[in-house]
Amino acid sequence: MSVVAMLFFIVVLLFALLAAAALLTWVERRLLAWWQDRYGPNRAGPFGILQAFADVIKILLKEDWIPPLADKPVFVIAPAIVAVTMLLGFAIVPLAPGLVIADLNVALLFFFAMTGLSVYSVTFAGWASNNNYSLLGSLRTAAQMISYEVFMLLSLVGVVILAGSFRLTDIVDAQRGMWFFVPQFVGLVVFFLAAIAETHRLPFDLPEAEHELVAGYHTEYSGMKFGLFFLGEYLGMMLSSAMIVTLFFGGWLGPPFLPPIVWFLLKTAFFVCLYLLLRAALPRPRYDQLMGYAWKFLLPVALLNIVVTGAIVVATRSPAEVGS
Amino acid sequence: MTTAFYIFGAIAIAATILTITRVNAMHALLYLVVSLLAVAGVFFILGAPFAAMLEIIVYAGAIIVLFVFAVMMLNLGDVSIEQERRWLSPDLWLGPSILSAILLAELVYLLSIGDLGAPPGEPVGAAAVAARLFGPYLLAVELASMLLLAGLVGAYRIGRILDERTAERTSSAEREPVAAGADAPQRVEATAASVFAHDGEGE
Amino acid sequence: MIDERSIAAAKRAQTSERTRSESWLWSQVAVLLSQIRSMAEVFLHGFRRRETIQYPEEKPYLAPRFRGRIVLTRDPDGNERCVACYLCAVACPVDCISLQKTEDETGRWYPEWFRINFSRCIYCGLCEEACPTYAIQLTPDFEMSEYDRRNMVYEKEHLLISGTGKYPGYSFYRVAGRAIGGKDKGEAENEAPPVDVRGLMP
Repeated sequence: MSVVAMLFFIVVLLFALLAAAALLTWVERRLLAWWQDRYGPNRAGPFGILQAFADVIKILLKEDWIPPLADKPVFVIAPAIVAVTMLLGFAIVPLAPGLVIADLNVALLFFFAMTGLSVYSVTFAGWASNNNYSLLGSLRTAAQMISYEVFMLLSLVGVVILAGSFRLTDIVDAQRGMWFFVPQFVGLVVFFLAAIAETHRLPFDLPEAEHELVAGYHTEYSGMKFGLFFLGEYLGMMLSSAMIVTLFFGGWLGPPFLPPIVWFLLKTAFFVCLYLLLRAALPRPRYDQLMGYAWKFLLPVALLNIVVTGAIVVATRSPAEVGS
Repeated sequence: MTTAFYIFGAIAIAATILTITRVNAMHALLYLVVSLLAVAGVFFILGAPFAAMLEIIVYAGAIIVLFVFAVMMLNLGDVSIEQERRWLSPDLWLGPSILSAILLAELVYLLSIGDLGAPPGEPVGAAAVAARLFGPYLLAVELASMLLLAGLVGAYRIGRILDERTAERTSSAEREPVAAGADAPQRVEATAASVFAHDGEGE
Repeated sequence: MIDERSIAAAKRAQTSERTRSESWLWSQVAVLLSQIRSMAEVFLHGFRRRETIQYPEEKPYLAPRFRGRIVLTRDPDGNERCVACYLCAVACPVDCISLQKTEDETGRWYPEWFRINFSRCIYCGLCEEACPTYAIQLTPDFEMSEYDRRNMVYEKEHLLISGTGKYPGYSFYRVAGRAIGGKDKGEAENEAPPVDVRGLMP
């Protein structure tokens, strides 16, 4: 791709992502309503689709208030971090062959770096708000995200062993024969659970559990700063869905009657809807249950998955193949 | 590329200086994160993307978060800021700074006379790093893993001691209503709970 | 005695606990499976009937005795039923009813003005129960939103309807013993002529 085409692609992707995140708020409300025997917002425009834009306009026009006792610079930076890191995370996602902003050879690690950095958004937000609910929320987040990051990484080692590369295009190409969710089913389950916890979506939204922490780390946020947290959450949801598709469900691969990018988007949309179904169906666990499940169940399972995958690969492939 | 290297380097140095001079622990950590990110950028430009990403994941993404966690738990207030301010008085930092300046001068001199060779042109990928780690540096890796294992066992032991203490406290608290002669259903519950608590300790 | 038994029961419960904890791994898997089951059930809810009533297009069913907007009714002759007895104003727990009694030349009472502040009204229906003449009635109508709160104060001309409401044939003055213009004592329905207390006839 030439520089101009690349710049054009970046701008288009950026706007598409922001619009998709806005639209996702409407999709979420419609789907939740659908599963709860309701209709959801169906008034503004066809099927109520303009509700998303009404919400965006509302959140832009709201008063953007900074608490007087807050640490002002940190308070302002915090919501930007999550939006920026999540948008940067999309730079490595291959939408179709050749349609990727940065085809890094350490793309998978870049994804982890970005999710790792997004923790700061929540922790700094909670600390800078100078509010006990926010502080408790961000303490929880810090512990939750660090622990889930550990075996999120471990759950993908199996995929890396099978593909022999951190490059996402290579990983997708390696799935031509069989999508990785078959040999790496355990890895998929662990990664999906970890991804929910990383984006702190329900049922693992302990950092913002409203029945005990008001709104957790963003209690003091309003206006567009709150909007950025919101945006970051939806972008994170889309990013982890895109990563699940890329790593386990063959990315853009699919029967040739549809173009590759459509396959990719369809699969991603499916996983985003699965996220929403989780929200509709499952109650929140207690915090110690959440952490216990991470360390006592998912971590051993992820480690076992690595050992078994490595053993099978070593046993079945020739050393030259393994080395490449 | 060279320009980018110098920009990253300048950011790293500036952020590190700001980390040292901030009186607010949280601001200092924020600058430390920026410094680590800049160093990761330097690694990237020098052809070590794997090291760059690990720098961000491990240092910026995990270790500094733990620092932030600790700072939030300790709830450092104006007192600690006042203390930091006192520590930043010149008579305290002048001595160490002069010594470090001499070291820096020596380092610059050594760098200027020695031929370090060109930086590696080939990017060092993950496979190359792995081959190195489990080849010539295997002993170091094993030593590090032993150290981590010791830390793990230690943490587990400390956690167990704390668990036992809380179990003792709750079980003794639950036994009290029995002594006080509370009504029967309550007593059954309390006894059952203390039986569980005892066996929990024994496991 | 009871302690021994309870300890035995607790121990039994605990042994069953232990057999369960042996299959701890299975219980973790079972947790996952039960979550998947509840997800499937929630998903199937998408194909159920919607409970929402799409209000402005689709009106909800309101029972005949629904307590909504308050009206003042007329008797079958087209006269106001309200006799300005103030009982509704007294019964009202939120004091949203106010009126002023006056009477016409024939001695018939009626409210000079009658005012209900619907922004205070709680639609409890106590005024309707207190009313001796079935004049004040609550109707199955709730669509009375306003942009200005002052518009929620209804005067007599807003409250008074032309019909009889829920009690079609009833007219207070036709059954009451009170004399008004055109109807003297003893002329009401089921009313015996007045006894002449000065007369000597039985």
